Amino acid sequence: MKLNQFKLINFANRDNNLFRLIIMLIAVFALMSTLRPSIFPKLDNFTSMAYQFPEYGVLAIAMMLSLLIGGVDLSIVGIANLSAILAAKLLIKFVPYDADPGYTLLMIGVAIIVALAIGALCGAFNGFIISKFGIPDILATLGSMQLFTGIAIVITKGRIVVGIPYMYSELGNAAIGGIIPVPLIIYTICAVLIGLLLNKTSFGIKLYMMGTNPTASRFSGINNAIMTIRSYMYGGILSAVAGLIMLARTNSAKADFGSSYILQTVLIGVLGGVNPSGGFGTVGGVTVAILILQFLSSGFNMFPSISNLIKDLIWGSALILVMVFNYYSNKRSEKAQISKRIAETTNS
Amino acid sequence: MADVILKAKNISKAFAGVQALKNVDLTIHKGEIHCLAGENGSGKSTLIKIISGVYVPDEGEIELNGKKYSRLTPMESIEQGVQIIYQDLSIFPNLTVAENIALNHELSNKRKLVNWSRVREIAEQAVSKIDFEIDLDERVENLSVAEKQLVAISRALLHNARLIIMDEPTTALTKKEVAALFKIIKNLQKQGISILFVSHKIDEVFEISEKITILRNGQNVISGEVADFDNDQFAYYMTGRKFKDTYFEFEGRQEEPLLKVENLSLENSFEDVSFELYPGEILGITGLLGSGRNELAQSLFGLLPADSGKIYIKGKPVKIRSVQDAIKNKIGYVPEDRLTEGLFMPQSIGRNIIISNIKSLLSKFGFINKDKMEDEIEEFINQFNIATPSAELPVQALSGGNQQRVVLAKWLATQPSILILNGPTVGVDIGSKYDIHQILRGLAEQGIGVIIISDDIPEVLYNCNRILIIREGRITDEVPGKEITAEELTNLMAGA
Repeated sequence: MKLNQFKLINFANRDNNLFRLIIMLIAVFALMSTLRPSIFPKLDNFTSMAYQFPEYGVLAIAMMLSLLIGGVDLSIVGIANLSAILAAKLLIKFVPYDADPGYTLLMIGVAIIVALAIGALCGAFNGFIISKFGIPDILATLGSMQLFTGIAIVITKGRIVVGIPYMYSELGNAAIGGIIPVPLIIYTICAVLIGLLLNKTSFGIKLYMMGTNPTASRFSGINNAIMTIRSYMYGGILSAVAGLIMLARTNSAKADFGSSYILQTVLIGVLGGVNPSGGFGTVGGVTVAILILQFLSSGFNMFPSISNLIKDLIWGSALILVMVFNYYSNKRSEKAQISKRIAETTNS
Repeated sequence: MADVILKAKNISKAFAGVQALKNVDLTIHKGEIHCLAGENGSGKSTLIKIISGVYVPDEGEIELNGKKYSRLTPMESIEQGVQIIYQDLSIFPNLTVAENIALNHELSNKRKLVNWSRVREIAEQAVSKIDFEIDLDERVENLSVAEKQLVAISRALLHNARLIIMDEPTTALTKKEVAALFKIIKNLQKQGISILFVSHKIDEVFEISEKITILRNGQNVISGEVADFDNDQFAYYMTGRKFKDTYFEFEGRQEEPLLKVENLSLENSFEDVSFELYPGEILGITGLLGSGRNELAQSLFGLLPADSGKIYIKGKPVKIRSVQDAIKNKIGYVPEDRLTEGLFMPQSIGRNIIISNIKSLLSKFGFINKDKMEDEIEEFINQFNIATPSAELPVQALSGGNQQRVVLAKWLATQPSILILNGPTVGVDIGSKYDIHQILRGLAEQGIGVIIISDDIPEVLYNCNRILIIREGRITDEVPGKEITAEELTNLMAGA
């Protein structure tokens, strides 16, 4: 017990932000469970939440990658829709209604690979115009968002794409062992892979460093252009994954699905402790932030008296509160650092 | 005795239990140029902030123009004529000279509307006080550091300044600009204004000030007339250590040069530069600001690839078109501006050390080998005596000298055979400077070819066995460090 306590304190010191978020998560959970004890803390509710968050969760990780290098990727939803639409068109074209299951499964595999490749291509395109032409991230991706969405509109003539094989949405909405939804598994795989990429590979460490100071990274022999392209490319692949999840959930694809996710994922990133000027942020923090927002929105849905109309209002307030809170806690830790520095120089 | 402007008595101040200042006294008379010296962390900045009312001392009192304050506020300090010119100058780069000078004045008079002719008038008047020529409509961001400083000084004069505190004003100035600044300081003195000149540069302190107060570890070490000090004493009082200037000796030049540069040119920067660097040598390259020394350094490291010319490493022709090429050829580069170019300030010391060498720390599967990484970080922290309780602390928590050691460690982790240092000890205090020079000599002894690019004359004289002088983009002379005086070297640099 004592040992555990010791570790907990250590953890709290080392990763202040994650610790704070987990406390917040527990608080939200406790609050909702007390207010709606008959529905909130129930398996059904959790299963339903586990179906809901992965699509914007994966997008939030994609957004985090761009925030880490001090950018912002506004095109993630555009990429998601474009890849979903292309995958859907491909399935509709090549899989007739009476196709045999083996062939259908094969074509689903092909469609997934095509979608991921489109995502990678779109992301790399973003990275390329940002690093090669020095266009600020926010403008470059604002442009490419219009471009990708525009391509999607031309392909679909602005209409909704329906009629994909039933097997696709069946697979995408399945639950392993009846309780673990496939989207949750997909989210977990993405989170673990990106977590490993960021913390255990040289790419990840270089990305954090470049996000902190691109000049110093150039002087340190880091190829900033390639780093930027790779980072946006991974973001593009994740966006495509999110598109494929949406395709399964809605059984359809459209050029303007999920456009509210763009700013929501920025909000999640900031709440999760990603520094919007670059260099700091973890998948763990973002994951906990996603859960907090999912708990909140599922919780609010359980109050018929709280209208859906005020959801934005609540989320906006939450974002501003978090940023104000971060400001004060950063200020405090800066002070602590200064006294540490004084201690060190006067002792030496 | 002349009037006392400032009398700080028994000042103590602690931050979070750490004593930053302990019983410090400081007295400044009217029209006096007083130097406040001390190493980084000695408490200079804390003392300045107490005099300006930013911090309230835990103990002691401040007397300004005979009026005692136990809780001085920034407004009171300004009213009593105290003006501080910080290192960052606190000016607005996007505004013009006239706006920068006059706006504070307009604001403090609580004017709601701007009268542009009055702004101009005020600015003209302020500039004429220190007698310098400048286009009042120029945007401040287009000015040189020296000019920006003069803008800050003339702004300070508007507030009926009696005591101007200058925090390390010469850090980013060329010799010529320093001379111009000193002339202005002397001029202010004639007008009866006192100057508190904060610095740790020995020669400047001796040149300009009349009195010296030295702080170490937050305490008064000594206070007295400049005439009573000499160089060695000054360094000793600041650091508590004794230093001996010795020349770097280099013997046993091998036949084959480590690096050979032939007719290297870069348009508008340097032309036809040729030289050789042998293993174990410390080669100095010196020249005035704008002589092309900076660009040459950046060319050798691939930041500004040269237009023409050849580079050979160990006899083999190589192409250095990018930093990656330079690193592949085992070249390390300690940049001029460590804050923006050398370090990732908010990131950990450990990550800063391994960033350029991260490839060698990967395991079979491409993942970072954590044990190996931690060993390497620990090794370098120990080898370079980086004073820190943990490698996890951000680099910005370190002092300037320790930060520079982190930059050195970063490059030595790549096991370079050539190390280029551009201004290796700019803004580093005496003790650390000495240590860094010792480190560089040690590296040369291990057979690394070291190039020091610097305009710090004693630095190149004592630490380089050969010195190349670059003027207007061309190498004009080559001299052995041991056989030339500082004065001769200065003349060669200026082409006199």
